[in-house]
Amino acid sequence: MYAFNEGAIPVVDPTSADGIYSLLWLIIALPLAGAAILLVGGRFTDKWGHLLGTLLPIGSFGLSLALFLDLVGRDEADRQVSQHLYTWIQVGGLDVGADLLYDPLSALFLLLITGVGSLIHVYSIGYMAHDPRRRRFFGYLNLFVAAMLTLVLAENYLGLFLGWEGVGLASYLLIGFWQHKPSAAAAAKKAFVINRVGDMGMSTAIMMLFVTFGSTSFTVISEKAGDASDTQLTILGLLLLLGACAKSAQFPLQAWLLDAMEGPTPVSALIHAATMVTAGVYLIVRSNFIFELAPHAQTAVVVVALISIFWGAAIGCAKDDIKKGLAGSTMSQIGYMMLGAGLGAAGYAFAIFHLMTHGFFKANMFLGAGSVMHGMDDDVDMRHYGALRKMMPVTFLTFAMGYLAIIGFPGFSGFWSKDKIIETALADSWLVGICALLGAGVTGFYMTRMMLMTFFGEKRWEKDVHPHESPSVMTGPLVALAALSVLGGIMLAGDWIQDFLAPVVGSEAHDDPPLPALAVTTIAVLVVAAGVALAWMLFGRQAVPRTAPQDVSFATRAARAELYGNQINDGLVVTPTRHLVGGLLVLDKRGVDGTLTGGATGVGALGGLARRAQNGFVRTYALSLLGGALLVVLALLAVNLA
Amino acid sequence: MNVTAYVVLSGILFTIGCVGVLTRRNAIVVFMCVELMLNASNLALVAFARQHGNLDGQIAAFFVMVVAAAEVVVGLAIIMTIFRTRRSASVDDASLLKY
Repeated sequence: MYAFNEGAIPVVDPTSADGIYSLLWLIIALPLAGAAILLVGGRFTDKWGHLLGTLLPIGSFGLSLALFLDLVGRDEADRQVSQHLYTWIQVGGLDVGADLLYDPLSALFLLLITGVGSLIHVYSIGYMAHDPRRRRFFGYLNLFVAAMLTLVLAENYLGLFLGWEGVGLASYLLIGFWQHKPSAAAAAKKAFVINRVGDMGMSTAIMMLFVTFGSTSFTVISEKAGDASDTQLTILGLLLLLGACAKSAQFPLQAWLLDAMEGPTPVSALIHAATMVTAGVYLIVRSNFIFELAPHAQTAVVVVALISIFWGAAIGCAKDDIKKGLAGSTMSQIGYMMLGAGLGAAGYAFAIFHLMTHGFFKANMFLGAGSVMHGMDDDVDMRHYGALRKMMPVTFLTFAMGYLAIIGFPGFSGFWSKDKIIETALADSWLVGICALLGAGVTGFYMTRMMLMTFFGEKRWEKDVHPHESPSVMTGPLVALAALSVLGGIMLAGDWIQDFLAPVVGSEAHDDPPLPALAVTTIAVLVVAAGVALAWMLFGRQAVPRTAPQDVSFATRAARAELYGNQINDGLVVTPTRHLVGGLLVLDKRGVDGTLTGGATGVGALGGLARRAQNGFVRTYALSLLGGALLVVLALLAVNLA
Repeated sequence: MNVTAYVVLSGILFTIGCVGVLTRRNAIVVFMCVELMLNASNLALVAFARQHGNLDGQIAAFFVMVVAAAEVVVGLAIIMTIFRTRRSASVDDASLLKY
């Protein structure tokens, strides 16, 4: 344990970068250069663009790994390094530097982003091989990686916000990558608009941070956080939570994530499962110095997390589209991370731990789903799958590793990470803990359903579909991610991850849980087993119909409709906004335009009258000249005589 | 010296010119009436200069003469051109430049 600040909120106090750490900027610069070359270079780079676009993130990964190994070798108190690049903004009291902060938290994120990111780049070479716009796809992917790295490396909230918006842009471009499909274009727009709601929270939070602390730097704010009033800190926490909800697809801003599956599958794996959607969790963990002092905001985080766990799980249970099912699962799993982050110092490390393992197994399963779609002529309906385990052995085995990891099969990475969160939640309160436990059971149910419908049972394929295993450039990353899904739990060995993250998030042994840890684990495994068994009863023993049954309960209908999230948004926001805009339009046309054009018409009519004086007869002009002269003379006389 | 008679004469000449400009249609006559008005004012200027015993008014009269000469040149040229194109010297006929 990181003994000397047990229970205290750690302060960000980095040393200046030297030696190998002075290359920190290069981690962002490499993929950024890739994006610039591929997007500016245009079709001249078509031939080798995807190779360059893959090599650069791999380069970043190598550098991240070197830095990580060096950081682990350092003394615990000396594991925060900052690099000042240049003065970014200097206006009056606002002084923002382009500073990077490299500490255990960002180190782990760098490995996840560049590592999983590189694997997904490799996979995309195969997946996008037949797409005429593959070079552009890699350009966007590189742009995303660069923005995400900026997000986690920034030393102040403004830099973080730059990356935050960058990943939002990349996400928009990639969801709508197949822009010829109206559904993809609409999905991109939807993701962008919902994220603006969160950005409103983020930008307001940043302005408030500046007003309250006079700076946006983590170093300054973590030091001064105690000076702010409770109200200020609570408002700050809630605003940051709003930003996190939009980016991480948490209730109530979750509606965009399912539509985001319109993008190519590698995008869903990288952006909408492994990295970008976890940025909200990163934000909350990074802002631990605010949330630790704002218990009400922490409670809000827990509530949002619990709702999202079940909301996402319900969607995952009902969707027949394999990618949408996985998206619901992502929302639910991020709920677990948020739950960990909302539990305070006892849970931060486990939130990040689950974030890492989820990054592995969910990217694995998304890529597996992409591999299945590749073999099934881009059909995403699981009711048209079945019995694929023999046709796609590698995809099946790697998907199975991800499956066992996500349901929490003992020994697999997800088992360790989820178990720790459930244990911490139980220690916090009975209610939260039991909700987390139930959520794990539902996870077991919907993932088993997906597994059974896809790889087991009878063949339900469409005509003319000949499933085949994907090329090795696609299965290679699958194998690597499957290995990580199995072995990811190793980070917990000897409490390594808690100790490693302690300088950033502090450490705190949670209260004694009401049950011994082993009992909690056993119960969790039993609950999951019950979920798996139920799924087997429904989808393993019985044949799965090729079309979704229509005479189903209200709950199923609601879950298929994503719990009416879109309808709620439409009713509460979209329709009132439309009416408001319609009203404003009428007001603008009739009121504002009416006043202006009315005034102009009046002046014009007046001018038309005055114009009549200009009749072209010289003698009339002479007469008016005389009249004018007479008037002047009379006026002079009147003045002089008076 | 008493200048009343001169000023009265000047006023009469100016009024005749003024009425001429306003009532006659022939451009040449209108032009002559304008000259009449200019000379009426010249007479007034010279008369008042004599009364005050200085040369200011007389100098002003010379200026008016020079300007009037220049104006005659331009004015007659315009009248000539209009007459050539329209076969008319009536000022009311040249009324196209209007609203």
